[in-house]
Amino acid sequence: MSLDITPTLTATEEARRQVEICNACRYCEGYCAVFPAAFAERSFSDGDITQLASLCHNCRGCYYACQYTEPHEFALNLPAALAEVRVESWARFAWPGAFARLFQTHGVALAAALVLGTALIFAAIRMLGTGAGDGFYAYLSHSAMVAIFAPAFLFPLLALAIGTRRYWHEVGGAAVTLADLRAALVDAGRMRNLSGGAADGCNYEKGDRYSVARKHAHNAVVWGFLLCFAATSSGTILHYVLDMPAPYPFFSLPKLLGVPGGILLTLGAAGLAMLKLRADPALGAVAAWGGEMAFVILLGLTGLTGLALYAATGTGLVAPLLALHLGTVLAFFLTLPYSKMAHAAYRLAALTRDAQLKRRAG
Amino acid sequence: MTQVDAITWDVVVVGGGNAALCAAIEAAETGARVVMLEAAPKPYRGGNSRHTRNFRCMHEGPLSVLTGTYGEDEYFDDLIRVTKGKTDEDLARMTIRDSETCLPWMERHGVAFQPSLSGTLSLSRTNAFFLGGGKALVNAYYNTAEDLGVTVLYEAEVRHVTVTEGRFQGLDARIGGKDLRIEGRALVLASGGFQADIDWLADAWGPAARNFLIRGTPYNRGVVLRDMLDQGADSVGDPTQCHAVAIDGRSPKFDGGIVTRLDCVPFSVVVNRDGERFYDEGEDVWPKRYAIWGRLVAAQPEQVAYSVIDAKSLNLFMPSVFPPESADTIEGLAQKLGLPGNKLRETIDAFNAACRSGDFHPTELDGLATEGLTPPKTNWARPITEPPFYGYSLRPGVTFTYLGLKVDRTARVSAHGARLHNIWAAGEIMAGSILGEGYLAGFGMTIGTVFGRIAGQEAAAHVA
Ligand SMILES: Cc1cc2nc3c(=O)[nH]c(=O)nc-3n(C[C@H](O)[C@H](O)[C@H](O)COP(=O)(O)OP(=O)(O)OC[C@H]3O[C@@H](n4cnc5c(N)ncnc54)[C@H](O)[C@@H]3O)c2cc1C
Ligand code: SF4
Ligand code: SF4
Repeated sequence: MSLDITPTLTATEEARRQVEICNACRYCEGYCAVFPAAFAERSFSDGDITQLASLCHNCRGCYYACQYTEPHEFALNLPAALAEVRVESWARFAWPGAFARLFQTHGVALAAALVLGTALIFAAIRMLGTGAGDGFYAYLSHSAMVAIFAPAFLFPLLALAIGTRRYWHEVGGAAVTLADLRAALVDAGRMRNLSGGAADGCNYEKGDRYSVARKHAHNAVVWGFLLCFAATSSGTILHYVLDMPAPYPFFSLPKLLGVPGGILLTLGAAGLAMLKLRADPALGAVAAWGGEMAFVILLGLTGLTGLALYAATGTGLVAPLLALHLGTVLAFFLTLPYSKMAHAAYRLAALTRDAQLKRRAG
Repeated sequence: MTQVDAITWDVVVVGGGNAALCAAIEAAETGARVVMLEAAPKPYRGGNSRHTRNFRCMHEGPLSVLTGTYGEDEYFDDLIRVTKGKTDEDLARMTIRDSETCLPWMERHGVAFQPSLSGTLSLSRTNAFFLGGGKALVNAYYNTAEDLGVTVLYEAEVRHVTVTEGRFQGLDARIGGKDLRIEGRALVLASGGFQADIDWLADAWGPAARNFLIRGTPYNRGVVLRDMLDQGADSVGDPTQCHAVAIDGRSPKFDGGIVTRLDCVPFSVVVNRDGERFYDEGEDVWPKRYAIWGRLVAAQPEQVAYSVIDAKSLNLFMPSVFPPESADTIEGLAQKLGLPGNKLRETIDAFNAACRSGDFHPTELDGLATEGLTPPKTNWARPITEPPFYGYSLRPGVTFTYLGLKVDRTARVSAHGARLHNIWAAGEIMAGSILGEGYLAGFGMTIGTVFGRIAGQEAAAHVA
């Protein structure tokens, strides 16, 4: 299909043009939260379009169901139109903004971040390595790790918080109540929208056939990520509160959470990457494809290198694998506010706003 | 591709919409070797079925997305009311009864349903809505057919069916730019009506038909229907009539589909090209009047009319696909619409002067009528006074034609009063057998599903 249907329209204008056609049609109402939210309005401000775009998770159900896709003159391609708006909006909200334009769309930039992160850890091991601790700390002291990762973890949180505030302002969000937040979390937790509403899954990698593969892969990534995160947190608690420094045996919380987490994360990311290869790129933000793919690979690498590191315990590979793993994690966290990962924050914000609007409508 | 012209197929299905797909699936499920010939290219496959949103379904209790009950007699009464008795009771009742088993059959073959769409709550008991609309339904059926081994040919227009001594022998089709001969042992005709053949419409209706818009596919040109009628097939339905509704005058000539509907008429003043009113805009609620307005507009000069509202009515109806023309004065609006400004001013003034005070209720007949105006506006008559003023153009949009092939309970086609040996028909091409006049929302897909399935089963049984 041609990608320059309406070259004179901005991404937001093009999405508005399409949403207005949908509003006269309404056939896709049952697919996801985008449509009921749109059909409650009669005209759409830029902020409304941003909010709708953030509610869309690119399942593509509405593309394959649409009787107005090209060559029809209405040229509907809502998944792509909303994806373009999302990509643009994240660049607009990100702080500092230039990074978003860099990492969202340029896989090469992400790869460079990975190499830099790894090199940094290598250098740190060289220069700060103490040789005094046990396990990994034999290579890089605990205090050195904290010195590197505490800011690397806190900075993205701050950057994302700023971005989310900007989002909230643009979509005209009101003060958040506990009920809104709960509704959003329940929605997100169940991946309700990823189930395709009344349909059996997405139309992602099999064209007009429904498939639950993307939902499963995405679930694996989310749970894998959360388990890995819990593993690290439990390690921190063991270290500081219970005074039990690493290394931990297999039957310990950090390992029992971390190993399955790493496996889920690796498999899930591999699944997402494979599905992305099979799906039609023209139904997403075409320019961001490379950046998104690189992000999925980086995500998978954090899991895979972690597992490899564990498997290499006691061998000579520990030092390089440690550098690679920590470098991957570092690159992941530092680019987080600018990579596809930011969607988690914006999506949660969008679901919260949606819950607010629904509650107000009664 | 296999040599489609080197095989004798068990069942040849002509068409690529709902009725054709139901027939192909039923036949293929018996193990028959089935080929489907669809005139449209793949992106436009599915005929008018790709524009639909629901089907009307009898049910003796809550069923899938349907609420309450909708029994045979109520369904039949609804049908009789719209067709004014022009219906074959036996076929109609059979269709209605069969509709109940269709819904679970559709679900088993990949169709997903959704609760009735916003703005259509009144249909939540009688009509089951397809998730994503008719194109999603068509996609699901194509996938099911493919899994069953049905061969589907696109850009395959059937030109002539060879019928010798009441028996289908084969047919001539233009497939991917080549003239091919397809041989088969049984034939199902499901190629829709003839509304996209503007010349035929103009012959039947008169030259005014050249200004009609066609709401659905440009591929339903009635080529097979005419070929069969030329060979003496028995017909039903008024050859001069088509179902036309008033739609947005700026819609594309073909395939504008559902979004081109305009629901503003009851809250507006409607004038013709000369700025004159010609009918009671407030006679009844819009779903009961939109078909009448298709005919009314068709009878106006140049088959066009203009619906004018003011600011207070803009949000009372479903949003339109194209934004209305707007202006701060009636004269300004007239200029934008290409109407005589003085005349429109006069018409609106006369209308406003005839309005009376009273309670306005947009969702029910409120009896807020004009006094001393001809023609009157009998409901929702509020003066057009609050700028900005908005205007939409209206044109007749053809949904389908009534002329079709006569079939019996087994969907079998006949010629000169005798059943043809191995030819069945389903969908719009035979709907005149049941729907002689008017239209009942969701009944087109019901007829196509019920008769498509029967035709497929019968054709397969014939070759088994
Ligand atoms: C805008 C719109 C909305 C509608 N909404 C509804 C609704 O919600 N519910 C409802 O019940 N009905 C609705 N209808 C009516 C409904 O579309 C028809 O009743 C139904 O689709 C008829 O199905 P069919 O399979 O007989 O015909 P179609 O779906 O029109 O299929 C006919 C097929 O035959 C093919 N064909 C034509 N000529 C040839 C040839 N010579 N050779 C090969 N192939 C050929 C066409 O390409 C097409 O694929 C709507 C109609 C329109 C226009
Ligand atoms: S995507 Fe197409 S079918 Fe779906 S609501 Fe929009 S216009 Fe209608
Ligand atoms: S792509 Fe999926 S999530 Fe996005 S608007 Fe369409 S149906 Fe909704």
